[in-house]
Amino acid sequence: MYDGWKIILGLIVFVIIVTLPFTMSIGKPYVQPKPSIDTPEIQKMEKKQCIEPKQYMREMHIKILYSWKDYATREGKRVYVASDGKQYDVSLQNTCMKCHSNKEKFCDECHNYVNVKPYCWDCHIEPKVGGVK
Amino acid sequence: MITRRDFLKIAAFSSLLGLGGAFTINALEKEPGQKVLKDINALKGKRWAMVIDTRKFKTELDFEKVIKACHKAHNVPEIANPLHEVKWIWTDDYKHSFTHTAEEYISDEIKHRKFLLLCNHCENPPCVRVCPVKATFKRPDGITMQDMHRCIGCKFCMAGCPYGARSYNFLPPRDYIKEFNPEYPTRTLGVVEKCTFCNQRIDKGQLPYCVEASEGKIIFGDLYDPNSEIRKVLSENIVIRRKVELGTQPMVFYII
Repeated sequence: MYDGWKIILGLIVFVIIVTLPFTMSIGKPYVQPKPSIDTPEIQKMEKKQCIEPKQYMREMHIKILYSWKDYATREGKRVYVASDGKQYDVSLQNTCMKCHSNKEKFCDECHNYVNVKPYCWDCHIEPKVGGVK
Repeated sequence: MITRRDFLKIAAFSSLLGLGGAFTINALEKEPGQKVLKDINALKGKRWAMVIDTRKFKTELDFEKVIKACHKAHNVPEIANPLHEVKWIWTDDYKHSFTHTAEEYISDEIKHRKFLLLCNHCENPPCVRVCPVKATFKRPDGITMQDMHRCIGCKFCMAGCPYGARSYNFLPPRDYIKEFNPEYPTRTLGVVEKCTFCNQRIDKGQLPYCVEASEGKIIFGDLYDPNSEIRKVLSENIVIRRKVELGTQPMVFYII
């Protein structure tokens, strides 16, 4: 093998770089994000249920919000009929955040964990707890 | 050497693959099975239009009430510098409101009268034609709407609009809003904004804020409905519109 040591050195560097995300987190405690639903509005509810089941909301909330934006601004459709037949106003600020008034402990909890930065709050006003920026 | 037959086979197969990809993307785009409806109370109209009775706007306060109602509800920033200002509804004098069609020898009273100006929600809007990302579009009921999520801030629409109805957010708008309306979003730095004919209110069965605050000085309704109040007002009064010579078909009429 010509220049074998170069190839092997290159391979070693490659493996180190590829495994960096794993090796870097060795020894760090794993903190599971725990979005809090402890808000006065949710505490008041008899059945603590979002517009759709929890697992569905977990997976689909961004898709729901994204399609809501199109329904409301493009088609003027502003009434969401949930799978259980209940109706909700199509609005991030006036529906979602009315219950989830703890943006920092709810939205940010997971978004920070997975390092996504949705730009909802550039325009949409977050509830008063954190104050309007 | 590839045969003609093989080439066709490969081409057909790859176009099938491409189609499959397009279907997947389309399927991902909208959450299937969602049921979103129009509000049953929504005002129904085929072409929303507005008549402003300029004879009834007499004092500064009459204008201020209307402008404040709109700007406060929609979180419009108050920026004093005219280079950076943001406005949805504002005033100007006769000569500047009706450029090219302004009558030179009209009465002094009209010459000094102030006119409420806003987006004309044109039938044939140049802003919609020039928008490269389809952020601005016509709703079926005639409202020229803008999707702020999609606006890239290119300002083509501002160049296209002959009425100066569009403002660009040169400065972070939140720094210039004194009191926030928590029910309505603000805008962000670098997008264009304008009057939306309060489509969010129409969709819920309410009249626009300016119409409500004007206490009868502004009439709003469906231009295509021959029995509507607005048609009655239009048939009984002589009205003018801004820059009709451009062919944009503005939907805001002024009783002189």
